[in-house]
Amino acid sequence: MEPILELDGLSKVYSGGLKALDDVNLTIRKGEIFALLGPNGAGKTTLIGAVCGMVTPTSGTIRAFGHDMAKDWRKARARIGLVPQELSTDMFEPVMRAVSYSRGLFGLAPDKDRIEEVLRSLSLWDKRDERIMALSGGMKRRVLIAKALAHEPDLLFLDEPTAGVDVELRKGMWRIIDEMRSRGVTIILTTHYIEEAEEMADRVGIIRGGKIVMVDEKDAMMARLGRTEAHIALAAPLSQIPPSIARYPVELEQNGSSLCYRGGDGAGKGKQDVAALTKALLAEGIDYTGIDIRESSLEDIFVSLLGEEEAG
Amino acid sequence: MIGWRSTWAIYTRELMRFLRTAFQSVLAPVITTALYFIVFGAAIGSEMPDLDGVDYGAFIIPGLLMLTLLGETTNNSSFGIYMPRFTGTIYELLSAPVGVAETLIGFVGAAATKSLILAAIILLTARLFVDYTIVHPVLAVLFIILVAASFSLFGFILGIWADNFEKLGIIPLLFLTPLTFLGGTFYSIDMLPKPWDTVALANPIVYLVSGLRWTFYGQSDVNIWVSFGITVGFLVVCVTIVTLIFKTGWRLRA
Repeated sequence: MEPILELDGLSKVYSGGLKALDDVNLTIRKGEIFALLGPNGAGKTTLIGAVCGMVTPTSGTIRAFGHDMAKDWRKARARIGLVPQELSTDMFEPVMRAVSYSRGLFGLAPDKDRIEEVLRSLSLWDKRDERIMALSGGMKRRVLIAKALAHEPDLLFLDEPTAGVDVELRKGMWRIIDEMRSRGVTIILTTHYIEEAEEMADRVGIIRGGKIVMVDEKDAMMARLGRTEAHIALAAPLSQIPPSIARYPVELEQNGSSLCYRGGDGAGKGKQDVAALTKALLAEGIDYTGIDIRESSLEDIFVSLLGEEEAG
Repeated sequence: MIGWRSTWAIYTRELMRFLRTAFQSVLAPVITTALYFIVFGAAIGSEMPDLDGVDYGAFIIPGLLMLTLLGETTNNSSFGIYMPRFTGTIYELLSAPVGVAETLIGFVGAAATKSLILAAIILLTARLFVDYTIVHPVLAVLFIILVAASFSLFGFILGIWADNFEKLGIIPLLFLTPLTFLGGTFYSIDMLPKPWDTVALANPIVYLVSGLRWTFYGQSDVNIWVSFGITVGFLVVCVTIVTLIFKTGWRLRA
Protein backbone atom coordinates (compact mmCIF):
# COMPACT_ATOMS: atom_id res chain seq x y z
CA MET A 1 0.00 0.00 0.00
CA GLU A 2 1.09 3.59 -0.67
CA PRO A 3 3.29 5.01 2.13
CA ILE A 4 2.00 8.24 3.62
CA LEU A 5 4.77 8.78 6.17
CA GLU A 6 8.33 7.47 6.12
CA LEU A 7 10.81 7.86 8.96
CA ASP A 8 14.35 6.94 8.09
CA GLY A 9 17.09 6.72 10.72
CA LEU A 10 15.29 9.23 12.92
CA SER A 11 17.11 10.05 16.14
CA LYS A 12 16.64 12.66 18.82
CA VAL A 13 19.06 13.39 21.61
CA TYR A 14 17.85 16.10 24.02
CA SER A 15 20.27 18.70 25.32
CA GLY A 16 20.49 16.85 28.65
CA GLY A 17 21.83 13.81 26.79
CA LEU A 18 18.63 11.74 26.84
CA LYS A 19 18.31 9.70 23.65
CA ALA A 20 14.56 9.80 23.09
CA LEU A 21 14.61 8.36 19.56
CA ASP A 22 17.28 5.96 18.39
CA ASP A 23 17.52 5.26 14.65
CA VAL A 24 13.78 4.89 14.11
CA ASN A 25 12.72 3.48 10.74
CA LEU A 26 9.00 3.35 10.19
CA THR A 27 6.58 3.49 7.27
CA ILE A 28 2.92 4.33 7.69
CA ARG A 29 0.51 3.23 4.97
CA LYS A 30 -2.31 5.29 3.59
CA GLY A 31 -5.67 4.70 5.23
CA GLU A 32 -4.50 2.55 8.13
CA ILE A 33 -4.81 2.94 11.88
CA PHE A 34 -1.37 2.47 13.34
CA ALA A 35 -1.06 2.05 17.09
CA LEU A 36 2.25 3.00 18.65
CA LEU A 37 2.61 1.24 21.96
CA GLY A 38 5.24 1.73 24.56
CA PRO A 39 5.78 2.36 28.25
CA ASN A 40 6.12 5.88 29.66
CA GLY A 41 9.20 7.64 28.33
CA ALA A 42 9.56 5.22 25.41
CA GLY A 43 9.68 8.06 22.87
CA LYS A 44 6.10 8.04 21.56
CA THR A 45 5.42 11.75 22.09
CA THR A 46 8.91 12.71 20.86
CA LEU A 47 8.25 10.77 17.66
CA ILE A 48 4.97 12.62 17.14
CA GLY A 49 6.66 15.92 17.99
CA ALA A 50 9.39 15.31 15.42
CA VAL A 51 6.84 14.74 12.66
CA CYS A 52 4.59 17.62 13.73
CA GLY A 53 7.29 20.26 14.14
CA MET A 54 7.56 20.53 17.91
CA VAL A 55 10.81 18.61 18.14
CA THR A 56 13.90 19.15 16.00
CA PRO A 57 15.37 15.74 15.10
CA THR A 58 19.07 15.25 15.74
CA SER A 59 19.44 13.12 12.61
CA GLY A 60 17.42 11.17 10.08
CA THR A 61 14.75 12.13 7.59
CA ILE A 62 10.98 12.41 7.67
CA ARG A 63 8.97 12.22 4.47
CA ALA A 64 5.24 12.87 4.57
CA PHE A 65 3.10 12.57 1.43
CA GLY A 66 6.36 12.34 -0.50
CA HIS A 67 7.61 15.69 0.86
CA ASP A 68 10.85 15.99 2.80
CA MET A 69 9.72 17.60 6.07
CA ALA A 70 13.03 19.46 6.37
CA LYS A 71 12.39 21.27 3.07
CA ASP A 72 8.71 21.10 2.07
CA TRP A 73 7.38 21.28 5.61
CA ARG A 74 4.58 23.67 4.70
CA LYS A 75 3.02 21.30 2.15
CA ALA A 76 3.39 18.32 4.45
CA ARG A 77 2.16 20.01 7.62
CA ALA A 78 -0.94 21.37 5.87
CA ARG A 79 -2.15 17.77 5.60
CA ILE A 80 -1.30 16.63 9.13
CA GLY A 81 -3.49 17.03 12.21
CA LEU A 82 -2.50 16.59 15.83
CA VAL A 83 -4.51 15.92 18.96
CA PRO A 84 -2.06 16.39 21.83
CA GLN A 85 -2.01 14.40 25.01
CA GLU A 86 -2.50 17.43 27.25
CA LEU A 87 -5.73 19.44 27.16
CA SER A 88 -3.91 22.45 25.74
CA THR A 89 -6.18 25.11 24.33
CA ASP A 90 -7.32 28.63 25.10
CA MET A 91 -9.93 27.82 27.72
CA PHE A 92 -11.56 31.26 27.47
CA GLU A 93 -12.47 30.85 23.83
CA PRO A 94 -15.88 29.61 22.66
CA VAL A 95 -15.79 26.23 20.90
CA MET A 96 -16.82 27.52 17.47
CA ARG A 97 -14.19 30.25 17.41
CA ALA A 98 -11.44 27.91 18.60
CA VAL A 99 -12.20 25.41 15.85
CA SER A 100 -12.53 28.13 13.20
CA TYR A 101 -9.15 29.54 14.29
CA SER A 102 -7.51 26.17 13.76
CA ARG A 103 -8.89 26.00 10.22
CA GLY A 104 -7.64 29.51 9.46
CA LEU A 105 -4.23 28.79 10.98
CA PHE A 106 -3.78 26.00 8.46
CA GLY A 107 -4.45 28.45 5.65
CA LEU A 108 -7.98 27.39 4.72
CA ALA A 109 -10.86 29.72 3.95
CA PRO A 110 -13.64 29.90 6.54
CA ASP A 111 -16.22 27.18 5.95
CA LYS A 112 -19.13 27.21 8.39
CA ASP A 113 -20.66 24.08 6.88
CA ARG A 114 -17.45 22.13 7.40
CA ILE A 115 -17.07 23.38 10.98
CA GLU A 116 -20.69 22.48 11.68
CA GLU A 117 -20.14 19.01 10.23
CA VAL A 118 -17.08 18.47 12.43
CA LEU A 119 -18.82 19.77 15.56
CA ARG A 120 -21.92 17.68 14.92
CA SER A 121 -19.85 14.54 14.32
CA LEU A 122 -18.27 15.06 17.74
CA SER A 123 -21.57 15.96 19.45
CA LEU A 124 -20.29 19.47 20.13
CA TRP A 125 -22.71 21.49 18.00
CA ASP A 126 -24.96 22.32 20.95
CA LYS A 127 -21.90 23.57 22.82
CA ARG A 128 -20.54 25.72 19.98
CA ASP A 129 -21.01 29.01 21.83
CA GLU A 130 -19.82 27.73 25.21
CA ARG A 131 -16.41 28.66 26.52
CA ILE A 132 -14.13 25.64 26.49
CA MET A 133 -13.42 26.05 30.21
CA ALA A 134 -17.10 25.32 30.93
CA LEU A 135 -16.99 21.90 29.23
CA SER A 136 -16.33 18.52 30.81
CA GLY A 137 -12.94 16.82 30.38
CA GLY A 138 -14.29 14.50 27.70
CA MET A 139 -15.80 17.37 25.75
CA LYS A 140 -12.56 19.35 25.97
CA ARG A 141 -10.76 16.39 24.43
CA ARG A 142 -13.37 16.30 21.67
CA VAL A 143 -12.79 20.01 21.06
CA LEU A 144 -9.10 19.22 20.51
CA ILE A 145 -10.12 16.54 18.01
CA ALA A 146 -12.44 19.04 16.29
CA LYS A 147 -9.59 21.55 16.09
CA ALA A 148 -7.34 18.90 14.56
CA LEU A 149 -10.01 17.93 12.02
CA ALA A 150 -10.96 21.50 11.07
CA HIS A 151 -8.40 21.64 8.27
CA GLU A 152 -9.39 18.24 6.90
CA PRO A 153 -6.07 16.43 7.49
CA ASP A 154 -5.14 13.26 5.63
CA LEU A 155 -2.93 12.10 8.48
CA LEU A 156 -4.00 12.47 12.08
CA PHE A 157 -1.90 11.93 15.19
CA LEU A 158 -3.82 11.07 18.33
CA ASP A 159 -1.52 11.17 21.34
CA GLU A 160 -3.23 9.19 24.10
CA PRO A 161 -6.72 10.21 22.93
CA THR A 162 -8.53 8.41 25.73
CA ALA A 163 -6.17 9.11 28.62
CA GLY A 164 -8.18 9.86 31.73
CA VAL A 165 -11.62 9.40 30.19
CA ASP A 166 -14.24 6.95 31.39
CA VAL A 167 -15.08 3.66 29.68
CA GLU A 168 -18.22 4.95 27.97
CA LEU A 169 -16.46 7.99 26.56
CA ARG A 170 -13.51 5.86 25.50
CA LYS A 171 -15.81 3.68 23.45
CA GLY A 172 -17.40 6.81 21.98
CA MET A 173 -13.91 7.96 21.05
CA TRP A 174 -13.23 4.63 19.31
CA ARG A 175 -16.40 5.15 17.26
CA ILE A 176 -15.17 8.62 16.25
CA ILE A 177 -11.76 7.23 15.25
CA ASP A 178 -13.48 4.53 13.22
CA GLU A 179 -15.57 7.15 11.42
CA MET A 180 -12.45 9.14 10.60
CA ARG A 181 -10.81 6.06 9.15
CA SER A 182 -13.92 5.39 7.04
CA ARG A 183 -13.49 8.91 5.61
CA GLY A 184 -9.99 7.93 4.50
CA VAL A 185 -7.96 9.59 7.25
CA THR A 186 -4.77 7.74 8.18
CA ILE A 187 -4.46 7.60 11.94
CA ILE A 188 -1.45 7.14 14.17
CA LEU A 189 -2.43 6.70 17.76
CA THR A 190 -0.39 6.25 20.87
CA THR A 191 -2.04 4.68 23.83
CA HIS A 192 -1.48 3.09 27.17
CA TYR A 193 -4.66 1.07 26.77
CA ILE A 194 -3.58 -1.99 24.82
CA GLU A 195 -7.25 -2.93 24.56
CA GLU A 196 -7.65 0.22 22.49
CA ALA A 197 -4.97 -0.86 20.03
CA GLU A 198 -6.47 -4.34 19.90
CA GLU A 199 -9.87 -2.86 19.14
CA MET A 200 -8.83 -0.23 16.61
CA ALA A 201 -5.47 -0.83 15.01
CA ASP A 202 -4.61 -2.42 11.70
CA ARG A 203 -0.93 -2.44 12.57
CA VAL A 204 0.94 -2.14 15.82
CA GLY A 205 4.38 -0.76 16.51
CA ILE A 206 6.11 -1.30 19.83
CA ILE A 207 8.63 1.30 20.95
CA ARG A 208 10.93 1.11 23.92
CA GLY A 209 13.91 3.28 24.86
CA GLY A 210 13.50 5.22 21.62
CA LYS A 211 13.84 2.10 19.46
CA ILE A 212 11.10 0.44 17.47
CA VAL A 213 11.12 -3.09 18.85
CA MET A 214 8.54 -4.54 16.48
CA VAL A 215 6.09 -3.49 13.78
CA ASP A 216 3.53 -5.87 12.39
CA GLU A 217 -0.08 -6.36 11.37
CA LYS A 218 -2.03 -6.66 14.58
CA ASP A 219 -3.60 -9.96 13.51
CA ALA A 220 -0.26 -11.33 12.29
CA MET A 221 1.42 -10.27 15.54
CA MET A 222 -1.27 -11.99 17.57
CA ALA A 223 -1.07 -15.07 15.34
CA ARG A 224 2.70 -15.19 15.65
CA LEU A 225 3.06 -14.35 19.31
CA GLY A 226 -0.36 -15.19 20.67
CA ARG A 227 -0.95 -18.27 22.75
CA THR A 228 -3.86 -20.37 23.98
CA GLU A 229 -3.92 -21.33 27.62
CA ALA A 230 -6.28 -24.10 28.82
CA HIS A 231 -6.69 -25.57 32.28
CA ILE A 232 -8.44 -28.94 32.26
CA ALA A 233 -9.77 -30.03 35.67
CA LEU A 234 -9.33 -33.80 35.89
CA ALA A 235 -11.89 -36.10 37.52
CA ALA A 236 -9.04 -38.01 39.23
CA PRO A 237 -5.47 -36.84 39.81
CA LEU A 238 -2.73 -38.09 37.50
CA SER A 239 0.77 -38.97 38.65
CA GLN A 240 2.30 -38.75 35.18
CA ILE A 241 1.29 -37.73 31.68
CA PRO A 242 0.62 -40.63 29.27
CA PRO A 243 2.81 -40.61 26.10
CA SER A 244 -0.19 -39.95 23.79
CA ILE A 245 -0.89 -36.75 25.76
CA ALA A 246 2.75 -35.73 26.19
CA ARG A 247 3.03 -34.81 22.49
CA TYR A 248 0.98 -31.70 23.35
CA PRO A 249 2.60 -28.78 25.22
CA VAL A 250 1.06 -29.72 28.56
CA GLU A 251 2.06 -30.03 32.19
CA LEU A 252 0.40 -31.20 35.35
CA GLU A 253 -0.49 -28.66 38.01
CA GLN A 254 -2.26 -28.61 41.39
CA ASN A 255 -0.75 -31.98 42.41
CA GLY A 256 -1.95 -33.63 39.21
CA SER A 257 -5.57 -32.62 39.54
CA SER A 258 -5.34 -30.24 36.59
CA LEU A 259 -3.67 -30.39 33.20
CA CYS A 260 -2.42 -27.12 31.74
CA TYR A 261 -2.02 -26.59 27.99
CA ARG A 262 0.04 -23.61 26.70
CA GLY A 263 0.46 -23.43 22.96
CA GLY A 264 -1.15 -22.60 19.66
CA ASP A 265 -0.48 -19.62 17.48
CA GLY A 266 -3.12 -17.09 18.39
CA ALA A 267 -4.96 -17.88 15.17
CA GLY A 268 -7.03 -20.91 16.16
CA LYS A 269 -4.43 -23.69 16.36
CA GLY A 270 -4.56 -23.64 20.14
CA LYS A 271 -8.31 -24.26 20.22
CA GLN A 272 -7.94 -27.13 17.77
CA ASP A 273 -5.16 -28.58 19.92
CA VAL A 274 -7.31 -28.37 23.05
CA ALA A 275 -10.23 -30.09 21.26
CA ALA A 276 -7.90 -32.89 20.10
CA LEU A 277 -6.34 -33.08 23.57
CA THR A 278 -9.71 -33.63 25.26
CA LYS A 279 -10.47 -36.46 22.83
CA ALA A 280 -7.03 -37.97 23.52
CA LEU A 281 -7.70 -37.76 27.28
CA LEU A 282 -11.00 -39.60 26.90
CA ALA A 283 -9.32 -42.17 24.63
CA GLU A 284 -6.80 -42.80 27.48
CA GLY A 285 -9.74 -43.19 29.87
CA ILE A 286 -8.94 -39.94 31.65
CA ASP A 287 -12.12 -38.08 32.49
CA TYR A 288 -12.32 -34.35 33.20
CA THR A 289 -14.84 -32.10 34.95
CA GLY A 290 -14.22 -28.71 33.37
CA ILE A 291 -12.14 -26.67 30.93
CA ASP A 292 -11.02 -23.07 31.37
CA ILE A 293 -9.62 -21.74 28.09
CA ARG A 294 -8.37 -18.27 27.10
CA GLU A 295 -6.52 -16.67 24.22
CA SER A 296 -3.67 -14.31 25.03
CA SER A 297 -4.47 -10.66 24.43
CA LEU A 298 -2.32 -8.02 22.74
CA GLU A 299 -1.54 -6.86 26.25
CA ASP A 300 -0.06 -10.27 27.14
CA ILE A 301 2.07 -10.09 23.99
CA PHE A 302 3.12 -6.51 24.74
CA VAL A 303 4.09 -7.32 28.33
CA SER A 304 5.93 -10.46 27.26
CA LEU A 305 7.81 -8.62 24.50
CA LEU A 306 8.90 -5.84 26.84
CA GLY A 307 9.87 -8.48 29.42
CA GLU A 308 12.05 -10.24 26.84
CA GLU A 309 13.64 -6.92 25.91
CA GLU A 310 14.41 -6.22 29.53
CA ALA A 311 15.84 -9.70 30.07
CA GLY A 312 17.82 -9.41 26.82
CA MET B 1 5.37 32.76 0.28
CA ILE B 2 3.31 34.19 3.10
CA GLY B 3 0.11 32.39 4.12
CA TRP B 4 -2.21 35.35 4.52
CA ARG B 5 -5.11 33.30 5.84
CA SER B 6 -2.88 31.90 8.60
CA THR B 7 -1.61 35.42 9.32
CA TRP B 8 -5.17 36.74 9.51
CA ALA B 9 -6.17 33.90 11.85
CA ILE B 10 -3.33 34.74 14.27
CA TYR B 11 -3.97 38.49 14.00
CA THR B 12 -7.73 38.32 14.64
CA ARG B 13 -7.33 35.84 17.47
CA GLU B 14 -4.82 38.09 19.23
CA LEU B 15 -7.13 41.07 18.81
CA MET B 16 -10.02 39.00 20.21
CA ARG B 17 -7.84 38.24 23.23
CA PHE B 18 -7.35 42.00 23.66
CA LEU B 19 -11.08 42.65 23.32
CA ARG B 20 -11.86 40.05 26.00
CA THR B 21 -10.12 42.32 28.46
CA ALA B 22 -11.10 45.52 26.66
CA PHE B 23 -12.50 47.18 29.77
CA GLN B 24 -9.20 46.80 31.63
CA SER B 25 -7.12 47.45 28.50
CA VAL B 26 -8.89 50.72 27.76
CA LEU B 27 -9.70 51.97 31.21
CA ALA B 28 -6.20 51.48 32.69
CA PRO B 29 -4.39 53.80 30.24
CA VAL B 30 -7.23 56.36 30.40
CA ILE B 31 -7.03 56.54 34.19
CA THR B 32 -3.21 56.53 34.23
CA THR B 33 -3.01 59.27 31.61
CA ALA B 34 -5.65 61.32 33.37
CA LEU B 35 -3.70 61.03 36.65
CA TYR B 36 -0.46 62.17 34.98
CA PHE B 37 -2.24 65.17 33.51
CA ILE B 38 -3.86 66.06 36.81
CA VAL B 39 -0.54 65.84 38.71
CA PHE B 40 2.03 66.97 36.13
CA GLY B 41 -0.18 68.90 33.76
CA ALA B 42 -2.57 70.81 36.01
CA ALA B 43 -0.98 70.83 39.51
CA ILE B 44 2.75 71.09 38.78
CA GLY B 45 2.50 72.15 35.14
CA SER B 46 0.67 75.36 35.97
CA GLU B 47 3.79 76.49 37.87
CA MET B 48 6.15 75.51 35.04
CA PRO B 49 7.33 77.81 32.26
CA ASP B 50 6.80 76.87 28.61
CA LEU B 51 9.44 74.45 27.28
CA ASP B 52 10.76 75.14 23.77
CA GLY B 53 7.80 77.45 23.35
CA VAL B 54 5.31 74.66 24.21
CA ASP B 55 2.95 74.74 27.18
CA TYR B 56 4.24 72.21 29.77
CA GLY B 57 0.93 70.27 29.79
CA ALA B 58 1.17 69.81 26.03
CA PHE B 59 4.94 69.21 26.19
CA ILE B 60 4.54 66.00 28.21
CA ILE B 61 1.92 64.42 25.85
CA PRO B 62 4.45 62.69 23.50
CA GLY B 63 6.42 61.42 26.50
CA LEU B 64 3.31 60.07 28.23
CA LEU B 65 2.22 58.50 24.97
CA MET B 66 5.62 56.82 24.63
CA LEU B 67 5.53 55.69 28.29
CA THR B 68 2.24 53.85 27.83
CA LEU B 69 3.05 52.70 24.31
CA LEU B 70 6.35 51.04 25.24
CA GLY B 71 4.96 49.34 28.34
CA GLU B 72 1.69 48.13 26.83
CA THR B 73 3.19 47.01 23.51
CA THR B 74 6.00 45.08 25.16
CA ASN B 75 3.64 43.46 27.68
CA ASN B 76 0.98 42.59 25.09
CA SER B 77 3.44 41.03 22.75
CA SER B 78 5.46 39.16 25.36
CA PHE B 79 2.32 37.72 26.97
CA GLY B 80 0.93 36.90 23.52
CA ILE B 81 3.73 34.41 22.85
CA TYR B 82 4.65 33.47 26.44
CA MET B 83 1.18 32.26 27.41
CA PRO B 84 0.90 29.68 24.58
CA ARG B 85 4.35 28.42 25.61
CA PHE B 86 3.30 28.30 29.26
CA THR B 87 -0.06 26.57 28.65
CA GLY B 88 1.17 24.30 25.87
CA THR B 89 -1.09 25.71 23.17
CA ILE B 90 2.04 26.65 21.20
CA TYR B 91 1.80 23.12 19.74
CA GLU B 92 -0.88 24.34 17.37
CA LEU B 93 1.28 27.12 15.99
CA LEU B 94 4.34 24.89 15.66
CA SER B 95 2.45 22.09 13.93
CA ALA B 96 0.71 24.43 11.47
CA PRO B 97 2.15 25.36 8.08
CA VAL B 98 3.12 28.82 9.33
CA GLY B 99 6.59 30.31 9.39
CA VAL B 100 8.30 33.34 10.84
CA ALA B 101 6.52 35.79 8.51
CA GLU B 102 2.98 34.69 9.37
CA THR B 103 3.76 34.47 13.09
CA LEU B 104 5.43 37.86 13.21
CA ILE B 105 2.90 39.73 11.12
CA GLY B 106 0.08 38.08 13.08
CA PHE B 107 1.39 38.58 16.61
CA VAL B 108 3.28 41.81 16.08
CA GLY B 109 0.59 43.29 13.86
CA ALA B 110 -2.02 42.61 16.53
CA ALA B 111 0.18 44.05 19.29
CA ALA B 112 0.88 47.12 17.14
CA THR B 113 -2.84 47.56 16.40
CA LYS B 114 -3.64 47.43 20.10
CA SER B 115 -0.97 50.07 20.66
CA LEU B 116 -2.46 52.35 18.02
CA ILE B 117 -5.88 52.01 19.64
CA LEU B 118 -4.29 52.87 23.00
CA ALA B 119 -2.44 55.83 21.48
CA ALA B 120 -5.72 57.18 20.10
CA ILE B 121 -7.38 56.74 23.51
CA ILE B 122 -4.51 58.53 25.28
CA LEU B 123 -4.57 61.42 22.81
CA LEU B 124 -8.33 61.78 23.24
CA THR B 125 -7.94 61.69 27.03
CA ALA B 126 -5.17 64.29 26.83
CA ARG B 127 -7.49 66.52 24.84
CA LEU B 128 -9.77 66.70 27.89
CA PHE B 129 -6.96 68.38 29.86
CA VAL B 130 -4.75 70.20 27.37
CA ASP B 131 -5.19 71.96 24.08
CA TYR B 132 -2.60 70.76 21.57
CA THR B 133 -2.02 70.61 17.83
CA ILE B 134 0.06 68.00 16.04
CA VAL B 135 2.37 69.70 13.54
CA HIS B 136 3.21 66.56 11.50
CA PRO B 137 0.22 64.22 12.03
CA VAL B 138 1.17 61.74 9.26
CA LEU B 139 4.74 61.45 10.52
CA ALA B 140 3.42 61.13 14.07
CA VAL B 141 1.26 58.13 13.07
CA LEU B 142 4.18 56.63 11.13
CA PHE B 143 6.52 57.09 14.08
CA ILE B 144 4.00 55.52 16.46
CA ILE B 145 3.58 52.54 14.11
CA LEU B 146 7.36 52.17 13.85
CA VAL B 147 7.80 52.26 17.63
CA ALA B 148 4.82 49.93 18.19
CA ALA B 149 6.18 47.40 15.68
CA SER B 150 9.70 47.56 17.15
CA PHE B 151 8.58 47.07 20.73
CA SER B 152 6.10 44.36 19.73
CA LEU B 153 9.09 42.49 18.33
CA PHE B 154 11.08 43.27 21.45
CA GLY B 155 8.21 41.92 23.57
CA PHE B 156 8.04 38.85 21.33
CA ILE B 157 11.72 38.15 21.97
CA LEU B 158 11.15 38.71 25.69
CA GLY B 159 8.21 36.28 25.69
CA ILE B 160 10.34 33.60 24.04
CA TRP B 161 13.36 34.24 26.27
CA ALA B 162 11.40 34.20 29.54
CA ASP B 163 10.91 30.82 31.16
CA ASN B 164 8.91 32.15 34.10
CA PHE B 165 6.60 35.03 34.94
CA GLU B 166 9.29 36.85 36.92
CA LYS B 167 11.57 37.10 33.89
CA LEU B 168 8.62 38.22 31.82
CA GLY B 169 8.03 41.21 34.07
CA ILE B 170 11.58 42.09 35.02
CA ILE B 171 12.73 43.79 31.80
CA PRO B 172 9.77 46.20 31.52
CA LEU B 173 9.89 46.89 35.25
CA LEU B 174 13.62 47.29 35.79
CA PHE B 175 14.71 48.72 32.45
CA LEU B 176 11.94 49.97 30.21
CA THR B 177 9.95 52.07 32.69
CA PRO B 178 13.00 53.72 34.37
CA LEU B 179 14.62 54.45 31.00
CA THR B 180 11.37 55.99 29.76
CA PHE B 181 11.08 58.19 32.85
CA LEU B 182 14.71 59.23 32.41
CA GLY B 183 14.26 59.61 28.65
CA GLY B 184 12.80 63.08 28.69
CA THR B 185 9.16 62.16 29.22
CA PHE B 186 8.58 65.04 31.63
CA TYR B 187 11.48 67.32 30.71
CA SER B 188 13.78 68.36 27.91
CA ILE B 189 17.24 66.86 28.34
CA ASP B 190 18.60 70.39 27.71
CA MET B 191 17.36 71.11 31.25
CA LEU B 192 19.83 68.59 32.71
CA PRO B 193 23.10 69.91 34.16
CA LYS B 194 26.35 68.87 32.49
CA PRO B 195 27.47 66.12 32.06
CA TRP B 196 24.03 64.50 32.52
CA ASP B 197 22.64 66.04 29.34
CA THR B 198 25.33 64.10 27.42
CA VAL B 199 24.96 60.94 29.53
CA ALA B 200 21.23 61.01 28.80
CA LEU B 201 22.01 60.51 25.09
CA ALA B 202 23.11 56.95 25.93
CA ASN B 203 19.51 56.21 26.81
CA PRO B 204 17.82 54.91 23.62
CA ILE B 205 14.38 55.99 24.84
CA VAL B 206 15.52 59.64 24.59
CA TYR B 207 15.52 59.29 20.79
CA LEU B 208 12.01 57.84 20.75
CA VAL B 209 10.49 60.50 22.99
CA SER B 210 12.40 63.23 21.18
CA GLY B 211 11.34 61.91 17.77
CA LEU B 212 7.68 61.76 18.70
CA ARG B 213 7.87 65.22 20.27
CA TRP B 214 9.27 66.56 17.01
CA THR B 215 6.32 65.14 15.04
CA PHE B 216 3.98 66.86 17.54
CA TYR B 217 5.59 70.28 17.93
CA GLY B 218 8.49 70.48 15.48
CA GLN B 219 10.90 70.73 18.47
CA SER B 220 13.22 67.99 19.66
CA ASP B 221 16.24 67.28 21.84
CA VAL B 222 18.00 65.36 19.07
CA ASN B 223 17.82 65.46 15.29
CA ILE B 224 14.62 63.81 13.99
CA TRP B 225 16.53 61.69 11.47
CA VAL B 226 18.77 60.33 14.20
CA SER B 227 15.60 59.34 16.07
CA PHE B 228 14.12 57.68 12.97
CA GLY B 229 17.43 55.98 12.22
CA ILE B 230 17.80 54.55 15.71
CA THR B 231 14.18 53.33 15.75
CA VAL B 232 14.54 51.65 12.33
CA GLY B 233 17.87 50.15 13.45
CA PHE B 234 16.22 48.72 16.56
CA LEU B 235 13.45 47.27 14.38
CA VAL B 236 15.98 45.59 12.08
CA VAL B 237 17.89 44.11 15.04
CA CYS B 238 14.66 42.71 16.52
CA VAL B 239 13.53 41.22 13.17
CA THR B 240 16.95 39.57 12.80
CA ILE B 241 16.82 38.08 16.29
CA VAL B 242 13.26 36.76 15.84
CA THR B 243 14.18 35.24 12.46
CA LEU B 244 17.14 33.50 14.08
CA ILE B 245 14.90 32.24 16.89
CA PHE B 246 12.52 30.69 14.37
CA LYS B 247 15.31 29.23 12.27
CA THR B 248 16.98 27.57 15.24
CA GLY B 249 13.79 26.83 17.18
CA TRP B 250 15.40 28.30 20.30
CA ARG B 251 12.98 27.91 23.26
CA LEU B 252 10.22 27.01 20.81
CA ARG B 253 11.10 23.50 19.72
CA ALA B 254 12.54 20.75 21.89
